[in-house]
Amino acid sequence: MQNKQIRFAAMFGITAILLAACSSSGATSAPASAAAPSAAASQSAAASAAVDAKDAKSAADMGGVDAVCAAGKTEGQVTLIATPANWANYGQMITDFSAKYGIKVQSDQPDTDSAGEIKAATDLAGTGRQPDIFDLGSVVAAAHLDMYAPYQPATWADIPDANKEATGLWINNYTGFISIAYDTKVGEITKAADLADAKYKGKVALNGDPLKASAGFNGVVMAALANGGSADNIAPGVDFFKKLSDSGNLLPVDPNDASVASGQTPIVIDWTYNQGGLIASLAPKGITWKVTIPSDAPPVAAYYNEAINKDAAHPAAARCWVEYVFSDAGQNTWLKGFALPVRLAAMQTAGTADAAAVAAVNAPATAPVQLTQAQIDTATKYLTDNWKFIAIK
Amino acid sequence: MTDSPVGAPRPPTAEADSAPGGVGSRRFRGAANYLALLPFHAYIAVFLILPTLIVAYGAITTASGTPTLENVALLFTDETFVDAFGKSIQLALSTAIAGAVIGALLAWAVVRGDPNGLLRQLVIAASGVLAQFGGVMLAFAFLATFGFNGLATLFVRDSLHLEILTDASWLYSLTGLVVVYTYFQIPLMLIVFLPSLDGLRQEWYDASESLGGSSWSFWRNVGGPILAPSFLGALLLLFTNAFSAYATAAALISQGSPIITLQIAGSLSSEVVLGRENVGKALALGMIVVVSLVMLLYALIQRRASRWVR
Amino acid sequence: MSATPSPLSAAAPQGGALVARPKGAGRAPRASRPQTGARVAILIVVLGYLILPLFAMLEFSTRGDFGSRSLDAYAKILSNQNLVDSVTTSLQIALLTVVGMLVLLVPTMVWTIVRVPRMRRVIEFLCLLPLAIPAIVLVVGVAPIYRFMGQNLGKVGGSPLTLALIDIILVLPFAYRAIDASLRSIDTATLADAARSLGAGWPRTIIEVIVPNIRGGVLSASVLSIALVLGEYTISSLLSFNTLQVVIYLLGKQDPFVSVAVSLSALIFAFVLLIVIARVAGGTDRRAQTRAEEPAA
Repeated sequence: MQNKQIRFAAMFGITAILLAACSSSGATSAPASAAAPSAAASQSAAASAAVDAKDAKSAADMGGVDAVCAAGKTEGQVTLIATPANWANYGQMITDFSAKYGIKVQSDQPDTDSAGEIKAATDLAGTGRQPDIFDLGSVVAAAHLDMYAPYQPATWADIPDANKEATGLWINNYTGFISIAYDTKVGEITKAADLADAKYKGKVALNGDPLKASAGFNGVVMAALANGGSADNIAPGVDFFKKLSDSGNLLPVDPNDASVASGQTPIVIDWTYNQGGLIASLAPKGITWKVTIPSDAPPVAAYYNEAINKDAAHPAAARCWVEYVFSDAGQNTWLKGFALPVRLAAMQTAGTADAAAVAAVNAPATAPVQLTQAQIDTATKYLTDNWKFIAIK
Repeated sequence: MTDSPVGAPRPPTAEADSAPGGVGSRRFRGAANYLALLPFHAYIAVFLILPTLIVAYGAITTASGTPTLENVALLFTDETFVDAFGKSIQLALSTAIAGAVIGALLAWAVVRGDPNGLLRQLVIAASGVLAQFGGVMLAFAFLATFGFNGLATLFVRDSLHLEILTDASWLYSLTGLVVVYTYFQIPLMLIVFLPSLDGLRQEWYDASESLGGSSWSFWRNVGGPILAPSFLGALLLLFTNAFSAYATAAALISQGSPIITLQIAGSLSSEVVLGRENVGKALALGMIVVVSLVMLLYALIQRRASRWVR
Repeated sequence: MSATPSPLSAAAPQGGALVARPKGAGRAPRASRPQTGARVAILIVVLGYLILPLFAMLEFSTRGDFGSRSLDAYAKILSNQNLVDSVTTSLQIALLTVVGMLVLLVPTMVWTIVRVPRMRRVIEFLCLLPLAIPAIVLVVGVAPIYRFMGQNLGKVGGSPLTLALIDIILVLPFAYRAIDASLRSIDTATLADAARSLGAGWPRTIIEVIVPNIRGGVLSASVLSIALVLGEYTISSLLSFNTLQVVIYLLGKQDPFVSVAVSLSALIFAFVLLIVIARVAGGTDRRAQTRAEEPAA
């Protein structure tokens, strides 16, 4: 009868919930208990090494890089944030790191931005799920110095003073250039001015709104430099994009790998390290993807910054990660991802830079332009008032 | 007053309470009635009201914590925000009506068949899934279908030799957003409205027929009024759903933040412009106010629509 | 006539104006031929429109190298252990959410209709409110609560299952509307009064009398809840829990073909799951219907 079925369903439901609760405490005890043994482990590591992982300011404090990474392995995992696999070859970086040190990598919120990383650290503080490592744009990095732990990796001396904070609170890790990436089927593009050509109607996409994303913002800067503007005056850049939008060349769509692979956004203005990886993966699919730095403007660059969360749940693993990314292997991984690592000059002198990757990036000889904080402020003020022309009808 | 379901008028509360022995005075029983709603309200208070208050607190303070009304004032003075509210409401209304009408038709087509049949269960399951389908993937699917190089665009152009879809720029405008939103509004309407179509009884149709009425007069005089309250409720749901939708719009129109949810996202998190979180929270409060006003309007219309139900 | 089922039970044959129509025994108005034509046309056009973008996703995700068709993208899905774990997690959260939603909502809504009609608008507004707040904003308010739970309630407080607590809220607008549609279509107040006057307590009234009659609404609400939990990304991601959508999203960053393949697969998985649930729920109806049609012996 009805009653029996309902009672059965209720019994089933309650049993299922109990099973869920039991298995969840079983399943989550694995990652959650990583926090418990890590406290024990770091204490025993602290007994043998001079300093507790969360206070270590360099590998020497803990007895060398290997000791750091061994402590990291005991902790079990490192929590990254905003490091999608297709951004600057992070996929390869994560795989290689995990394989080398046996530390599991938890990669959270791949698409969040720098402000989102800081927010995640505050929102999840003390829960064990907060990010251990930040990869921040310079604007945000400079604004939250009180959230980082100072740490100097083994290769500290190779990094120019201008690219790091004196005690190691933040270190420039990589940069790229604003590029025009396109499917060679649509034509040949060498400079920004080419984008206004009528045959590119409905084909051009900018990666992100300039008021929200660094790629979008610096894309406008690049257009400004190509049209008579400067780092202090981006109005010509905004006008250029307005022209593209009015003629129908510019799509308001957010380009991603899928939209490129399916031919919906055959021309993308973006960082070299976001687009370079597509060259190899799209070739077998019949798309010849070319990434070119526009010749009518000086190259536009923006360094990102590596920082360790002061309240990291896995401080040793975090420091192991930092050691890895600033090592030759890590820096070359970024290089292969069409990003320019901060130690490139030193590595080229020492002969440890991956020559093929350097050639593929094809960095122009001209000095790149990177906006200062003051210039960014002026630019965003102008954009807030003027980037409204892409009005939807 | 309240809209009671079809049936006899409600007897007074005290008489209907058949608990043996009674529980004392009528006033006590009245209070006890409200007490039974406590678990629901307690849960809502912790997990909905409290978060809303946290957001509201952010909306009326500055970044450093001092109270201020300037964030809220911006909603009325900054023309970008006023414009964005207007476009959001326009978008939500069009897609709610389109989704409601088409969804109701689909529900009618499905409810005619066997209630335990495979078609109905397939459609319910599919609708449940598609009602929650959105974001980057939905945008991609539409671009892959109706974009400049889309399947449908190319098919219509090359096989049917029609030029209507070739200029795909409609997809990247407000119209496009309406069409894409309607994609998840239709299944939502179906799954939320189907139970009320179930309530239409065969006898009512037979009675209408035997009195000489046509199918049209049945719907106009019997079916329509009975379904009106549920239809309006579903319409309200669809409106609110579209009004607060974010991920799909972000993928399709990532430049210029023309609608309010994109403005909020830009304020809450931006690589480039910092310190605008509290403006975003004020905008969110504005959204709640708009929905409250729409709900008020709905309540008024609902009162009229259910007036005959007594 | 000998023993007939209780007139209030949903298994009773249709009779009397006060008795709710048992599920399955009645139908919407009979279709005449032009209406059948219209019905089929609507089904084909609308369902066709809904399937078209999914077909485009299928076409894209099966593109192989050098113009061939291939299922490589789908093969890559199965090899991912994280994905399997996240499916389990999400299913557990979905179950908790459905149960929590039903326990919270059904008695409340019934009680509102029967005892405190004045609260109906208030409850309706409260149930609509979660939808008025975009997830990106809601998480701003919810994060402190989860931080508190994570810091102070140990293993349970930091478990992904706590997502059910906020998913119940997210699901309220849809569940309320679906259940309300059903409650409006039966004479809830009289049913409840009749059951009570025959001596049933409130739990029994709700579980054995009201719920069987609102089966359609409960099913719709459950279907929407499960679909919502399986499709929820924003809050899970911002609270750093590895649910299905979060893992799918991460997977998709490696390869665009895989990202479309895995999204389509997740849709199909949810679809199959919901069909099973709809069949199970519909199956019990069939038994009720058969019983109603048995001659009283």
